[in-house]
Amino acid sequence: MKTKAAGISKTTKNDLITYGMVILTYIIVQILVSTGHVSSLIQGLLVPFCTYAIVAVALNLTVGILGELSLGHAGFMCVGAFTSAVFSLAFKQTMPSGPRFFLALLIGAASAALVGFLVGIPVLRLKGDYLAIVTLAFGEIIKNIINALYLGVDSDGIHFTMKDALSLNMKEDGLVLIKGAQGVTGTPNDSSFTVGIVLLLVTLFIVLNFIHSRTGRAVMAIRDNRIAAESIGINVTKYKLIAFTLSASLAGVAGVLYAHNLSTLNALPKNFGYNMSILILVFVVLGGIGNIRGSIIAAVLLTLLPEILRGLSDYRMLIYSVVLIAMMIFNWSPNAIFFRKRLRQRLTAGRKSEKEEA
Amino acid sequence: MKKKMVSLMLAGAMMAALLAGCGSDGASNDAAAETETTEAADTTEAADATEAADTAEAGDATAAGGTFKIGGIGPLTGGAAVYGVAAKNGSQIAVDEINAAGGINGMTVELNFQDDELDAEKSVNAYNVLKDWGAQVIDGSVTSACSIAVSEKTYQDQIFQLTPSGSAVDCVQYDNAFRICFSDPNQGIASAQYIGENGLASKVAVIYDSSDVYSSGIYEKFAQEAENQPFEIVAAGAFTADNKTDFSVQLQQAKDAGAELVFLPIYYTEASLILTQADSMGFDVQFFGCDGLDGILGVENFDASLAEGVMLLTPFAADATDDLTVNFVTEYNNRFGETPNQFAADGYDTIYTIKAAAEKAGITADMSNEEICAALSQAMTEISVDGLTGDGITWDASGEPSKAPKAVVIKDGAYAAM
Repeated sequence: MKTKAAGISKTTKNDLITYGMVILTYIIVQILVSTGHVSSLIQGLLVPFCTYAIVAVALNLTVGILGELSLGHAGFMCVGAFTSAVFSLAFKQTMPSGPRFFLALLIGAASAALVGFLVGIPVLRLKGDYLAIVTLAFGEIIKNIINALYLGVDSDGIHFTMKDALSLNMKEDGLVLIKGAQGVTGTPNDSSFTVGIVLLLVTLFIVLNFIHSRTGRAVMAIRDNRIAAESIGINVTKYKLIAFTLSASLAGVAGVLYAHNLSTLNALPKNFGYNMSILILVFVVLGGIGNIRGSIIAAVLLTLLPEILRGLSDYRMLIYSVVLIAMMIFNWSPNAIFFRKRLRQRLTAGRKSEKEEA
Repeated sequence: MKKKMVSLMLAGAMMAALLAGCGSDGASNDAAAETETTEAADTTEAADATEAADTAEAGDATAAGGTFKIGGIGPLTGGAAVYGVAAKNGSQIAVDEINAAGGINGMTVELNFQDDELDAEKSVNAYNVLKDWGAQVIDGSVTSACSIAVSEKTYQDQIFQLTPSGSAVDCVQYDNAFRICFSDPNQGIASAQYIGENGLASKVAVIYDSSDVYSSGIYEKFAQEAENQPFEIVAAGAFTADNKTDFSVQLQQAKDAGAELVFLPIYYTEASLILTQADSMGFDVQFFGCDGLDGILGVENFDASLAEGVMLLTPFAADATDDLTVNFVTEYNNRFGETPNQFAADGYDTIYTIKAAAEKAGITADMSNEEICAALSQAMTEISVDGLTGDGITWDASGEPSKAPKAVVIKDGAYAAM
């Protein structure tokens, strides 16, 4: 082990473990699926796993690396989801699915990045928890705007209104893309587990390389001590904006994946509201702030948990929250950390003595 | 090292969970009838223990004809739980009645109702759970968006789907999907025609929930149809799910425009607030609503006398005096301690419609899902069902039901036919 590790640095090794974990999971799942050992429930959950893992990794970039709290990542997901869904629906008949989905991805990521950038410009200049407050409001605003927005396209071009579908004044050949609260219906199902895993790997590649890059180190310096970072000439606002925009655009990618997995897309409090933003934050906190691999595992676990507890009917919500609390204590309580340390020491000591005996 | 330990443990837990998922799949493939009946008993916790035991016994007794598995999907938790729970309870009553009367073609009916939390993604998850359980037809989803998302999957898998109350147009876009309730456009058009033909008013105001699919869907078609009718819409006030407590602005707008009738294509909770606020601002006007208003007399802390004279177009009224409705309402009251709303009635009719279609098509337990789907889709267009929500309901291949809307008016604290 030691001779191998000498060639590559510890961080690289750590990153490789993360990639390896994702790829290994993919291979195992694919084998199980092809041999028919995976239930429909798990098969249906594979894309949501990827979606939530991506958005958790994206939020971890903001919370763990940038050290700012964002409560609006569901809002960025929402932007990515709706822009890409509108694009895909508009070109459903005229483009093959491969390039269309690729373009939808780019559009979703770019629009979420743009919105993130705009939100970030004023807020990231400030110290304190302002980002949390503004992103929280942003998420709610986006949801409400989309619920009131009607968008259509016909031979005259694009029509939009905030009133109702009749006010679009569309021609006969027109296609209503966003129908206010009814959302987008008929999005092509382009998401698949393979696409999800590829996107997760790309996200990991971007985020992990970003962290280890010069920019990433500058961002972490700001997180650890803003004054010290400023004193050595780091442009605080610029680096914060870079990290936050990247985080928002990756959340947009997750939104694209979400939108193309279901044929209906509504901006409900359930999927793009405040609760969803908190849930994503819970993924990050439980997985470990700044721990990218942990975010992925926590996102998968916490998405899976309510589904496998279905047998308990209404009690599953209770169990779910108890599990959350238990995980939180296990991960973060000083006593639990001390206990784990002692347990590990005892284990390693036992192993050593075994070796000596051998 | 510490982090590694944690991640290892979590990864282990994840794998264990995945394996658990696989395990349950394997079990369900060759599951014995016994385990299934216990599962069914688990899911129908709302029913009390003795009833659960009854169904279990019934399951054992008529195992010869096999079992017919109906999977239900709807919101059982969260803000929309009242609709899902009502549909579930209504369906359960129908299932128990059918089983007591000998089942469908000798098959015992089993209902497994899964929660979707009003979320399309969860609804698809619920559908997948039901598929693993071995559902042969789907009763759901209760809400429109979820129903659309699920119909995409049932169409892929060719499983017959009958939604009790998914009213958006796209819910039945595929051949395998049918619905019990009116579609939103139908309700809007029917309401506009009713108001126009009966000369109820010449100036109409509308207050609707623009963030709700049901409400905005009805409003859209109502406004379209209004152009062909001898009345004009003088004010249209919208509200959203986030600000649905104060309606004074919308009411004032309607009052200033001189509206003689206010059309409320919304649910009864908000409507009760509107009626109260209209009364306190001295705005005395005729109110007219759709099936969402059914239940308004049961709202807590609502002075039911304010609802006096409100007209609504609904397929189901709990106070109707025909035997079917009376029996259903009594049974529902006994078991669940409340008066059923239209969702419960839709749920009840869904099960009986499935029964009628299954008997017409001669469904047996050993048929594959594709065969059942094709046979039922064909049979749906040939049957006529006398249910709680209409007499002689028929369907065409598009999946839309054809039944007459009933207009009722609230008189002396009860619904009276008009």
